[in-house]
Amino acid sequence: MREGPLPVGEIAKRLGLGQPQTSKHLKVLSDAGLVQVQADANRRIYSLRRERFEELERWVQTFTRQQEDRYARLEAYLARTEEAD
Amino acid sequence: MPQVKVIAEPGAHDFTVECVMNGPRERVYRAHVDPEAIPHWWGPSFLTTTVERLEPRKGGIWRFVQRDAQGNEYAFNGVYHECIPSERIIRTWEFEGMPGHVLLETVTFEDTPDGKTLLRSQSVFQSVADRDGMLATGATEAGKDMYERLEEYVGQAR
Repeated sequence: MREGPLPVGEIAKRLGLGQPQTSKHLKVLSDAGLVQVQADANRRIYSLRRERFEELERWVQTFTRQQEDRYARLEAYLARTEEAD
Repeated sequence: MPQVKVIAEPGAHDFTVECVMNGPRERVYRAHVDPEAIPHWWGPSFLTTTVERLEPRKGGIWRFVQRDAQGNEYAFNGVYHECIPSERIIRTWEFEGMPGHVLLETVTFEDTPDGKTLLRSQSVFQSVADRDGMLATGATEAGKDMYERLEEYVGQAR
């Protein structure tokens, strides 16, 4: 799905899975908000909800910087107190 | 600056923070269970952290209170399940502003081949929403922290 929307049948073929099994997995991803589905005649076309991935990526990046700050302070504290130990 | 890696899969109940830092693991561990050390590093730098309780043994309680310049308080507490010196800490973790949302944190301390410490902290949440909420809160706070420091820097540089 990274390259673009795909019908369930095509996703199943690429994964080497049965169509019902593939639909079950896609339902979980859809419930988690990671993919969206569009009906096209009798086909169901799935695509990624990129904004959800980007949102998480932004959170993780900023959160990572916060953790870097925290551990930089811990490292600085350890360096300052080294002689006392 | 220590190298930090955050691993958070979309739709999962947990995240892991890995950090390689200078210093032997004995001292990195001790900084986690020493009430004198905690205020130096635990919270974001725009909050002061006070250790009210820190009982690093099975069933022991911890409670840290953070205060901002306006006097607002943010308290955190939990229970230790395991504290193996220089190796591992397992504890629960709750923000008192959101009672009932409790996470389980496992922190491990390992030697790296080049004499540093690999610190790994895994947090498992009750729900994906709780996990995402924690990442987002951290992001907001870190953003505030960054901007305040930028402001400070700009002020000094004038």
